[in-house]
Amino acid sequence: MSYLKCENLTLGYEGTAVAENISFEIEKGEYLCIVGENGAGKSTLMKTLLGLTPLMGGNIVYGDGLEAHAIGYLPQQTFVQRDFPASVWEIVLSGTLSKCGWRPFYNREMRQLAQANMKRMDIWDLRKTCYRNLSGGQQQRVLLARALCASTELLVLDEPVTGLDPKVTAEFYQLIEKLNQEGLTIIMVSHDIHAAVKYAGRILHVEKERSFVGTTAEYVASEFWKELSMIERR
Amino acid sequence: MIQTLQFYLSYPFVRYALVVGVLIALCASLLGVTLVLKRFSYIGDGLSHVAFGALAVATIVDLGSTSVVVMTVTVIAAILILRTGQNPRIHGDAAIAMLSVGSLAVGYLVMNLFSTSANISGDVCSTLFGSTSILTLTKAEVWLCAVMSVIVVAVFIFLYNRIFAVTFDENFARATGLRAGAYNNLIAVITAVIIVLAMNLVGSLLISALVIFPALSAMRVIQNFKGVVICAAILSVLCALVGIILSILFSTPVGSTIVAAEIVVFFINCLIGKIKAS
Repeated sequence: MSYLKCENLTLGYEGTAVAENISFEIEKGEYLCIVGENGAGKSTLMKTLLGLTPLMGGNIVYGDGLEAHAIGYLPQQTFVQRDFPASVWEIVLSGTLSKCGWRPFYNREMRQLAQANMKRMDIWDLRKTCYRNLSGGQQQRVLLARALCASTELLVLDEPVTGLDPKVTAEFYQLIEKLNQEGLTIIMVSHDIHAAVKYAGRILHVEKERSFVGTTAEYVASEFWKELSMIERR
Repeated sequence: MIQTLQFYLSYPFVRYALVVGVLIALCASLLGVTLVLKRFSYIGDGLSHVAFGALAVATIVDLGSTSVVVMTVTVIAAILILRTGQNPRIHGDAAIAMLSVGSLAVGYLVMNLFSTSANISGDVCSTLFGSTSILTLTKAEVWLCAVMSVIVVAVFIFLYNRIFAVTFDENFARATGLRAGAYNNLIAVITAVIIVLAMNLVGSLLISALVIFPALSAMRVIQNFKGVVICAAILSVLCALVGIILSILFSTPVGSTIVAAEIVVFFINCLIGKIKAS
């Protein structure tokens, strides 16, 4: 059974559909990139998978031991966070909250989990630093560590390299690749189509009426890719 | 001066005022941190005007217990304001401006048209600026305030980690299964309760100051969330104490003296923050 199975999804918000007939499956350990034009529905698809936006049609089946909220999520930065007075430690620890149940405070197990993930992301030395004083790349590592606290199975990333410089971007992609090799399933929404083709195993191209899902090799051979390359060459 | 203070403190109503002032300042500052960070600083202001309008109407219609009516109306308004704030189609700030100015106008109108008291402008002034009402608290009001404050502080401590998560990143919190909407409503309800309680202390025009100043002051000097919350609580309690004592000694209006103390502390913290950063 696949990890996540989506059948004939209709996506949209407040009663307006933005994309229809999207079907795909994700197997454990895959690296899937969701690409498409602005407004084509890729963010909406991701929010629907996370349960933030209600599904307008079709259904999503979680399988293979994946629970609906056991998803690590790396959201886009919000303007609230830019001057938020929180230490790295506080933010990463908040990722373990879903494991708390009704317990009001963190226990030792959760602190250890947070510590392990901070070391994994190489930000342990920054744990007392204020989030707003970090560089863009460091901030993404903090949010990644938080996402890893929430899930050891599936990571969902929303345009994670927006605003990062080329060097940090490359480092970030390598980090994600490494996590994928360690067994995490990755779903990434991205503008960066060349990086998507370079790193992802499979591509989901979302468009209003027609959508494409297939391996990267299939995608590069498809007319979607040809159209895009045509536009770039012009 | 100390003798004068001792003389005043021998009166129960002065002690009541101190206790109530400190408790309200503590509650307001705890929530203030969340409200300021979530960009809801204006909610205190809007709600206090709603509470003013509700109080005016409740007093005239004579619905028995006015504080219950005011509390209910303000809680409903709080939830409505938070809801519209999340709706991208309605401009949140315009809705709040409309609601708050509207209730202020209707409240004053109703007070003028149907007032039974001879001194309307005195009534209005004390509701807006809380000039004397904190010194006329009854024992029952003090108890009500104490119980409410304990509840607010307890709720805040038990939900502290969740409030942090919802404040820092609502989408992440929701994706990991936290009911962010419920926490937002809870925050709105507690805010409304505090604002109604605080009307006695500083009056409805100055309540926002109690909510936002301690949080803003603490954020100038402290770089983590827990530190900001604790610092805001301490600053707020100190300002309330100093403000009330000064207002007794120099017979100045209680509310504005407390707020003046908050402003002084804010500028001192700005200075400390600048020095630390350089």
